[in-house]
Amino acid sequence: MRQLRGRYAAERRFRAFGFIAVALSVAFLAFLLVNMASKGLGGFTRYEASLQINFPQTDLFLDPAQLHGPDAAQTIAGADLSGAISKAATAAYGADAANIFSDAATTVVTNAIVKDPQILTGSTTLWLPVASKIDVAAKGDGEAASEKLVSEFNQKHALRRTFNSDFLEASDATDPSAVGVWGALKGSFLTIIVTILLAFPIGVLAAVYLEEFAAKNRWTDFLEVSINNLAAVPSIIFGLLGLAVFLDFMNLPRSAPLVGGLTLALMTFPVIVIAGRNAIKTVPPSIRDAALGVGASRMQVTFHHVLPLALPGILTGTIIGVARALGETAPLLMIGMRAFVAAPPGGITDPATVLPVQIFLWSDEVDRGFVEKTSAAIIVLLLFMLVMNGLAIYLRNRFERRW
Amino acid sequence: MDMKEKQPITPTTPVPTTSSAIAAEAKAKGPSTAEQGESQMRDGVAAHSAAEQAAPLVDVSKLENVQDASDEQIKTNREPKMSADRVGVFYGDKQALKDVSIKIYDDLVTAFIGPSGCGKSTFLRCLNRMNDTIPSARVTGRIELDGDDITSSSMDVVQLRARVGMVFQKPNPFPKSIYENVAYGPRIHGLSKSKTELDGIVETSLKRAGLWDEVKDRLQESGTALSGGQQQRLCIARAIAVNPEVILMDEPCSALDPIATAKIEELIHELRGRYAIAIVTHNMQQAARVSQRTAFFHLGELVEYGKTSEIFTNPRQQRTQDYITGRYG
Repeated sequence: MRQLRGRYAAERRFRAFGFIAVALSVAFLAFLLVNMASKGLGGFTRYEASLQINFPQTDLFLDPAQLHGPDAAQTIAGADLSGAISKAATAAYGADAANIFSDAATTVVTNAIVKDPQILTGSTTLWLPVASKIDVAAKGDGEAASEKLVSEFNQKHALRRTFNSDFLEASDATDPSAVGVWGALKGSFLTIIVTILLAFPIGVLAAVYLEEFAAKNRWTDFLEVSINNLAAVPSIIFGLLGLAVFLDFMNLPRSAPLVGGLTLALMTFPVIVIAGRNAIKTVPPSIRDAALGVGASRMQVTFHHVLPLALPGILTGTIIGVARALGETAPLLMIGMRAFVAAPPGGITDPATVLPVQIFLWSDEVDRGFVEKTSAAIIVLLLFMLVMNGLAIYLRNRFERRW
Repeated sequence: MDMKEKQPITPTTPVPTTSSAIAAEAKAKGPSTAEQGESQMRDGVAAHSAAEQAAPLVDVSKLENVQDASDEQIKTNREPKMSADRVGVFYGDKQALKDVSIKIYDDLVTAFIGPSGCGKSTFLRCLNRMNDTIPSARVTGRIELDGDDITSSSMDVVQLRARVGMVFQKPNPFPKSIYENVAYGPRIHGLSKSKTELDGIVETSLKRAGLWDEVKDRLQESGTALSGGQQQRLCIARAIAVNPEVILMDEPCSALDPIATAKIEELIHELRGRYAIAIVTHNMQQAARVSQRTAFFHLGELVEYGKTSEIFTNPRQQRTQDYITGRYG
């Protein structure tokens, strides 16, 4: 009787410990999400101030009649737009306000002129993004001088908060109010495509060969141990390997998604092989017997039956491997993907950076405006991973069959 | 301890004339004298009139099938469909099967009986070289299919398995639709030129396996959703679909209930004549019901091989006698 009571008590204790463990992990996750969201969501918005620009009084020397066709933007870029904005700001808000507008303001003005060149002949009011200092102050975390300016603007109703579409469309910049994640996102995408295209087929074929065709001897045992060890190698070492092999030996372009993808493929490959072998092992031998019994060759058995049945398991392993590669920073630093790249890559051989490296670079910046950009970029990275994983899980469930 | 009491005869007891030796002798005289070998074996029965000592487990008089063992057919001196000559199997250093010589005829069902681990399944798997899949397995001796040695490396194992189909102990349909299960074999062997031809093969195979009426309206449903007995009949249909000459069945009913078992046995009756059938079974009543020839294996040896009716009524060997009367096994 006492023993029975003890057993029930042990069970209750065990359940309580389990519950505490789950609750702790949920709490950590919630803390992370709340923290990131509270810091990062501001990064998706920015403040704009209205500015009246009297174009004839600026020294732009632009002729509205010539501003037509595709070269218009280039012609405008040649003019001193930021000087004109600065002059207009001083005229409107006083000497303190000379530098309150962001670098991105010139783009807004350029677009406005391209859209309607006739505004050059008169005076126009435009909403322009403010500089990072003012932006931070408006969000309640700035210096005293900036906060004073912000309150002045607010009194005149000359300040508004809008969605920062530049953050999703632009690339890295020196001015935090002009930065965006598009370049890094595209770099991540290209890199991961290269990784998947290389690591998945090679990993699956290696797993199939080792499991279905290779003779079981010391040599395959040795290979198995080596592959398991490879999966545990610290990622920075793969970076050094990539540096030595792809850059120094093969002379591939530095900072390119191609090299990043190759390096990450090396890292992902053993994970896929291990998951693939385990998945292939779980396919019941009776299915192999059945196929052999009707006269299928070993290759037909493998590709018609074993592989389709093992695919959900292989995909699970691939998801884990690719998700890890997607969040990897260290090996990419070694092959030069930490460079400042202000334009999105056009292809896999163009210089690029990836999201995790971009986050690392921004977190290193002194300017306060980068704090919320870093958190916002983390949100984008998490969403990107969520989408990739969701896609993979969807694919896995589609292939899932029971036997 | 109980086992020892039940086992008065130790496995190592020497048997005066092993059937394999006789079969080998018969073989030496040439294929046409195989029947003489059998008659010689029958003569040996008198020495072991042990049948009276214990009532057999199987009441043979109730089994009409045993009577129809078509003696005429056997007496015609025709070639066996498959013949094994002194076949031995080794797993690594361990010998699992020694000196087995058996003939399997076109229109007869041959049953392999014996206690667990006696090598009957191992032998069955030699007949379509399924043992090739076990790396440590090594087969010695000669196995012929229509006079061609199937153990030689020149025999294409894929072709062989198309000619010698197999049904396994546990129903193992592919996790695909019923249609795909049956169509898979014909498709990989290129047996059909068009979709309609393939449909025809699927229908015929399912009809022969006695499953058509139950599944004709749901051919696209998963084969694994069927009941155990239906699954096993689906596996038989799958084996039939590639038009084999021999069908090997490895304890096809051991995972099934009595009703499903009865259906499979009925099916074996219907298939007899169209295909040579070899069946491994633990169930002696089943062997008596479905087969015309029975081989009794014990500890990797072929103890006795002959007409089913005689094995069950008049076994020549003491070990066979003990097994069929339920003393061991």
